[in-house]
Amino acid sequence: MANTLFDKIWDKHVVQYVEDGPQQLYIDRLYCHEVTSPQAFAGMRARGLKCFRPDHIYCMPDHNTPTHDQDKPIEDPVSKAQVDTLAKNAADFGLTHFGMMNPKNGIIHVVGPERGLSLPGMTIVCGDSHTSTHGAVGAVAFGIGTSEVEMVLASQCILQQKPKSMRINIEGELAQGVTAKDVALYLMSQLTTSGATGYFVEYAGSAVRSLSMEGRLTLCNLSIEMGARGGFIAPDEVTFAYLKGREYAPKGEEWDKAVAYWKTLKSGDDAVFDKELTFQAADIEPRITYGTNPGMGIGITETVPSIETIPEAGRASYLKSLDYMGFQPGQKLLGTPVDYVFLGACTNGRIEDFRAFASIAKGRKKAPHVVAWLVPGSWMVADQIKAEGLDKVLEEAGFELRQPGCSACLAMNDDKIPAGKLAVSTSNRNFEGRQGPGARTVLASPLVAAAAAVTGVITDPRTLM
Amino acid sequence: MKQKFDIITSTCVPLPLENVDTDQIIPARFLKATTREESFFGENLFRDWRYNADGTLNKDFVLNDPTYGGEILVAGKNFGSGSSREHAAWAIAGYGFRVVISSFFADIHKNNELNNFVLPVVVSDDFLAELFASIKADPKTLVEVDLPYQTVTNKATGRSERFEINGYKKYCLMNALDDIDFLLENKDKIEAWEGKNA
Repeated sequence: MANTLFDKIWDKHVVQYVEDGPQQLYIDRLYCHEVTSPQAFAGMRARGLKCFRPDHIYCMPDHNTPTHDQDKPIEDPVSKAQVDTLAKNAADFGLTHFGMMNPKNGIIHVVGPERGLSLPGMTIVCGDSHTSTHGAVGAVAFGIGTSEVEMVLASQCILQQKPKSMRINIEGELAQGVTAKDVALYLMSQLTTSGATGYFVEYAGSAVRSLSMEGRLTLCNLSIEMGARGGFIAPDEVTFAYLKGREYAPKGEEWDKAVAYWKTLKSGDDAVFDKELTFQAADIEPRITYGTNPGMGIGITETVPSIETIPEAGRASYLKSLDYMGFQPGQKLLGTPVDYVFLGACTNGRIEDFRAFASIAKGRKKAPHVVAWLVPGSWMVADQIKAEGLDKVLEEAGFELRQPGCSACLAMNDDKIPAGKLAVSTSNRNFEGRQGPGARTVLASPLVAAAAAVTGVITDPRTLM
Repeated sequence: MKQKFDIITSTCVPLPLENVDTDQIIPARFLKATTREESFFGENLFRDWRYNADGTLNKDFVLNDPTYGGEILVAGKNFGSGSSREHAAWAIAGYGFRVVISSFFADIHKNNELNNFVLPVVVSDDFLAELFASIKADPKTLVEVDLPYQTVTNKATGRSERFEINGYKKYCLMNALDDIDFLLENKDKIEAWEGKNA
C-alpha cells in the first residue's frame, strides 16, 4: 500500500466508496465565513434541513470586516448585510459564531489553529481555497465551493475524488532573510500555478522541520497557489508545543491520549507518493513576484524573464500580464518605487510576521510617500503584538496598526489599493484587480514588505539586517 | 441551475488565455450577494475585462464582440485557478454557458462547475489549439459535446476526442440530481462511521 500520511487520514474518513464515482468523506471541522456560506444556508432552508452536526461547525466574518472602528456598524450596507446574514444563520442553525469585536474573531485561517480548533489528523474544510493553511497542524484541510458547504451543513460529509499524493522535500538550512513565504513563492515559480493540481502535498525535509508553526502555516496556506488542493506537515514536537493549552485543544488525560495518537501520524518509511520532488534551501533567496499570478516570481536580485524563455502558447498571457504590471522583460525590480505596503492576510498575519516586520522597522522611519496597512490576523495576534511591545516599535517608526480581518488581500472592505498603484503585499494573490480594480501587486515576505516600507522602493531586506 | 444534460451542439466563445483565475471570472466586489441569482453573477462575468476603467465597454474583449456567441466557452489551460468562489461557476452558468472546454482546469473550480450543471470538458493541447484555429477561421464553427458518449467534436475539422467524467457525476448531470440528494439518503452510513470513530 501507499502508506502515506495523506492516505492514513483520508482513508480513515471515508464513509463509503460510491460506485464508479467519488468517495464520501466525513468532515471533522467546517469553518464558515460570510462570503461563501449564505447561499448554502439558503439552500438548507429551501430544503427544510437542519445542520447534521452543529458542534463540528464554527462561523466567523472576516472578508468584509473593516479594519477600523469595528465597534461601530459597518458603513457599506452590502458588506453589513453579508456579515449580519452570517450571524443570523449561525443563530438559526445553532452554530458557534465569533462575531466582530468578539475577542475570538479574526481571519478564519488564523483563528482555527490559534484556538486549537484545528488539530492533527482531522479533515477540515471551508468555502475558501486557503483552508489548506490548517494542514500545518497535520490535518487534511482543503477549500470547497458553496454547494459543498451545503453538503457538509446537511450531512457532515462531502463527495470527493481522492487526490493524488505528492511529497515536496526542502533540505538544508534557510539563509538569513529567507522565510517560509520565500520557500512557498520559490515552489510556485518552480511548479507553476498548476504544477500540483490534482495533488495533496506533504511538505517534508529538514528545512520544513525547522520552521516554526507560524512558518508552517504560511507554507501550507500557499499550497493552492501551485494548484494543490491542500498541503500539510506531519505533526511533531513543534506542533504539540504550539497546540498545548490552546482553548479548544484537548486537556489533561485527553491531551495525553491525543498526543499518543498524533505521534502515529506520519508517512511510513516505505511510503510511495505519486510524485516526489526535492529542493535545496540554499537555492532560495528572498523573493518577489513580477506578474499577475503567484507563479510569476523571481529572486529579489533577479530580472523579469525575457519573452524567449516563455513557451509559445503562454506568450499572449505573459505579455498581457507584464502590460498590466507596467514591467518590461529583462527589467530588474530592485529600486522600483512602491506606493503601498500591506502586512497581513491568512498568509502572513501572525505574530512572527509582525516580529519580522518590526525587526526591520525598528530604529527606522516609514518612507513618507508609502501608505502602509498593518493588519493583524486576529485579536489574539493584536493582543500579542501589544504584549511584546511591537506596537510601540512600529508606532515610533511611523506605522499604525489596524483591526483584524482579510483587509487588502482581496479588498472586499474599504482597504483597496487605488488603480495603477504598486503594492508590496504579504498576501497570497497578485491577480489583476485582486487588491482593487487596477491595483498592481508584488507578493513578498514580511521582511521584504518592511524593507519596501522604510526605503520606499523594492529593497533586498538582507541589506538592512 | 438544475437541468438535464445530454448533447449540446453550439458555436463557441474563444478565450485563448492561460491561467484565467476566478478573480477575473468574477471579481471579489461582486461576492457580497447573499442569494444565488445567477443572472446577477452572469451580468458581471469577466467584469473587469468587459469594461474599461472609465466604465465604457471594452470593444476588444471577446464577450463584447458580436461575431462570437454560443453555449460553449473555450479557454486556455489552467482555467479557474485561484479562489474557491462558486460565484465563478454561477457567473458562467448565469451568462448562459453550459460547457467550458480547456486543456486543464483548476480542480475546485471544476467541481464547482459540475455542481452547477456546467460541464467542464478536458481536451488535449492539440485539440484545443486546433479548435482555437477553427474558431478564428470561422466563428460559426460548431462543436458537439455528447455527454452520454463522452465525446467532443470539432465540426469544422471532424476531429473528435473522448473526455473523462466519473459515472456517478455523469448520472447526476444527465438526470439533474445533486450530491445533497445522494448524501441525505446515506445518513445511516454516516452515523455508523461516527459510531466506529468516536
